[in-house]
Amino acid sequence: MANILIARNVTKTFGGLVAVNDFTLDVAENSISSVIGPNGAGKTTFFNCVTGFYKVDEGEILFGGGLIHNLRTDVVTRKGISRTYQNIRLFANMSAIENILVGQHPRLKTFWAAAVWKSKGFVEEEAAAVEEARRLLKFVGLQGLGDQLARNLPYGAQRRLEIARALASQPKLLLLDEPTAGMNPNETGEMTRFIQHLRDELGVTILLIEHDMRVVMGISEQVTVLDYGSKIAEGKPKQIQSNPRVIEAYLGRGAASGLKAVKAGKH
Amino acid sequence: MKTIQWRTTLRYGLLGGVAALYFSAIGMVELFAGRNLVGTTINMGHILLYGGVVAAGFLAARSEAHARLPQRLVIGLVAGLVAAVPTIALVLLDSVWDMEAIFVSMNNPLIRLLTLGRGLPGLGMFLAVCGALGLAGGGYNSMPGEHKAAGARALALVLIVAIFSDLVTQVMSNLFGRGSLSLFFAGKALKPAVAIVLFVLMGAVFYFRAVRKARTPLDPEKVKVDKRTRLQRQVVQFVVVGIILLVAPQVLGSFLSQVLFEVGRFVLLGLGLNIVVGYAGLLDLGYVAFFAVGAYTMGLLTTATGLNMGGGVMNFWLALPVAVLISVLFGILLGFPVLSLRGDYLAIVTLGFGEIVRILALSDWLKPIMGGAQGVLFIPTPHIFGVTFDTPQKMYYLVVLGALLAAFVSIRLRDSRLGRQWMAMREDEDVAEAMGINLVQTKLLAFAIGAGFSGLGGAIFAARLGNVFPHSFNLLISLNALSLIIVGGMGSIPGVIVGAVALVGLPELLREFQEYRLLIYGILLIVMMLNRPEGFLPAEVFKRELHAEEGELAGTGD
Repeated sequence: MANILIARNVTKTFGGLVAVNDFTLDVAENSISSVIGPNGAGKTTFFNCVTGFYKVDEGEILFGGGLIHNLRTDVVTRKGISRTYQNIRLFANMSAIENILVGQHPRLKTFWAAAVWKSKGFVEEEAAAVEEARRLLKFVGLQGLGDQLARNLPYGAQRRLEIARALASQPKLLLLDEPTAGMNPNETGEMTRFIQHLRDELGVTILLIEHDMRVVMGISEQVTVLDYGSKIAEGKPKQIQSNPRVIEAYLGRGAASGLKAVKAGKH
Repeated sequence: MKTIQWRTTLRYGLLGGVAALYFSAIGMVELFAGRNLVGTTINMGHILLYGGVVAAGFLAARSEAHARLPQRLVIGLVAGLVAAVPTIALVLLDSVWDMEAIFVSMNNPLIRLLTLGRGLPGLGMFLAVCGALGLAGGGYNSMPGEHKAAGARALALVLIVAIFSDLVTQVMSNLFGRGSLSLFFAGKALKPAVAIVLFVLMGAVFYFRAVRKARTPLDPEKVKVDKRTRLQRQVVQFVVVGIILLVAPQVLGSFLSQVLFEVGRFVLLGLGLNIVVGYAGLLDLGYVAFFAVGAYTMGLLTTATGLNMGGGVMNFWLALPVAVLISVLFGILLGFPVLSLRGDYLAIVTLGFGEIVRILALSDWLKPIMGGAQGVLFIPTPHIFGVTFDTPQKMYYLVVLGALLAAFVSIRLRDSRLGRQWMAMREDEDVAEAMGINLVQTKLLAFAIGAGFSGLGGAIFAARLGNVFPHSFNLLISLNALSLIIVGGMGSIPGVIVGAVALVGLPELLREFQEYRLLIYGILLIVMMLNRPEGFLPAEVFKRELHAEEGELAGTGD
């Protein structure tokens, strides 16, 4: 399977701090991949590099075969990458439907001023966009909440709405930044199933960020572990789980050696 | 049973009292007292002096949620008595030392007013009046909801009629002849009997309407009107509003048409600024610049001496689109440097731009073209098809047409993709960009369209005045426009109109109190921000999910 996203030796520094260090990542098309790591490992920084919000200092990022690391954020989005945010960033004072309509922006083509005289093309496009927004709303299970202001929605609904908004541009690659942050185990399970469903139903490639290992293990086909900006492990979830460097990164050196000792004792 | 929080009562009382003291000491009470509202018994000074006292009684009684009626009455009475104390202290102090040396407004007429014309013993009466008013405030608070609402509305109505009696008398004399006035008004004041009848009548109307509304249960099936009925209602509304707009200057006469023109000018400005600030969230404090550009363009192109070309280059109708176009260009020009600025920084820089444009117009450097401090003179009045727009009444139509056009374009754009781009940018610029929105284009369009409306206003303004002076374009215009959209409701088009009427129209009607205009303005803004930060008529959330089924995809549209 072809790789839809390729990051080669990406480095991003802020002053003296190396946030992402020589990071290389391949994301296979139509896969669910994850980037995990402790807090502050540089996961979100990497996302910001992919979406063009940060300019990378070194290395390159390819999407669908073309270089994207020098492009503006809106151009990257138009190429087919869409994202959600760790701390939900909806357009709080717009209704749910309007949020999704904004998400559809890259697909709407009529001239802006045509809205003044309501040209036939504008009216048709707008009608289709609203129809599509309602369909997406239904798809993420928020039917009936479309006219609520985004800020008035419950937390879980906001998460879903953010995904719907990201899907509205019909992306080829969907970046989800800690989609289960702040959720209880029940909701987390539901969200995990939903992400799986997304990929299966829409055929969109999904790249997840998580620091909760349990979330990604179930659904990821490929897991990459970041620590202090560097990649420390990569592979199938099973391999990652037993990787001592990963355990060390998550639990600290002492815990890792302790775990080893326990394992050794068992034998 | 809970004990009464006397501290709260005391606090409200003192607040009311300090308000009364303050208005007295700065001379407002005395000035306002010159204007009778009902007969010669109630004048506007009384409203200022005792308004705080009634409010103190009302608020103090309201803060005791569990108190029974007698308790509330007592609380109101105490609050009212406390509210009298600061003013009484002031008068007593004045009787010992002559306070006029410190507070120039503490003169004999004011003292007479505060002592009810009876010398120091009158203070006792003042105390009694305050106590009674506090009691009334407390008692009013204990009334059942429908009575309370009906009473407040009827009272407000009577006061509005009395305060804006100029407007009312003008309309009445134009409609029914001068003779009808003496039936209802004595000078500018309402006759007492008329006031009472009006109060009772309107109170009854409001009361029965409220009762009837409460009785008919809200049946969603019945409330839901079908599309055709709604369309019919809209048509009727349009026709009514249209007729009112059409006949207004004829009924209101020259002076009030002039006021309406001012309101219309600020509606235009407000609509433009509403796009920049209300929709796109770009805080622009130099908005007057585009107004100036529009006005100067109109002036220079049409005046006989403009551009040193000997004779007006264009007539009004040709110059109008040119003025708008040049304002749009300036909008884009001034937009470029501030593209990457946000929030406070943007505000400061645009503030500078506004001043730069004004100072350039004043400068010696551009004097040969712009005329420096003298400005541009002899701008001809527009005329078309044999009609010359030489009176305020006629210019009014021009500005109304402009405002309608701006409102129409605003509404259409708001409900389109561009409107959503603006609002998304207002909510979160970074995320908006991540949604594929080109920020540069979106921001420039906001600046350009906003500038265009402002330029249109400026051009009409120049033609109305017949001359353009740099000092007409000071910061206050920008601030006025900004305040009116804040007071009306950010991003709300009806809000702009209400804001313009409240902040531009009403002060024009109350010219006698011009001196205190900015004070009242400031108080209004603070009260608004504290109690109703979303404005008088906040922007509505558009119902798209449910209404879409009824075939109303692009909203109310026109």
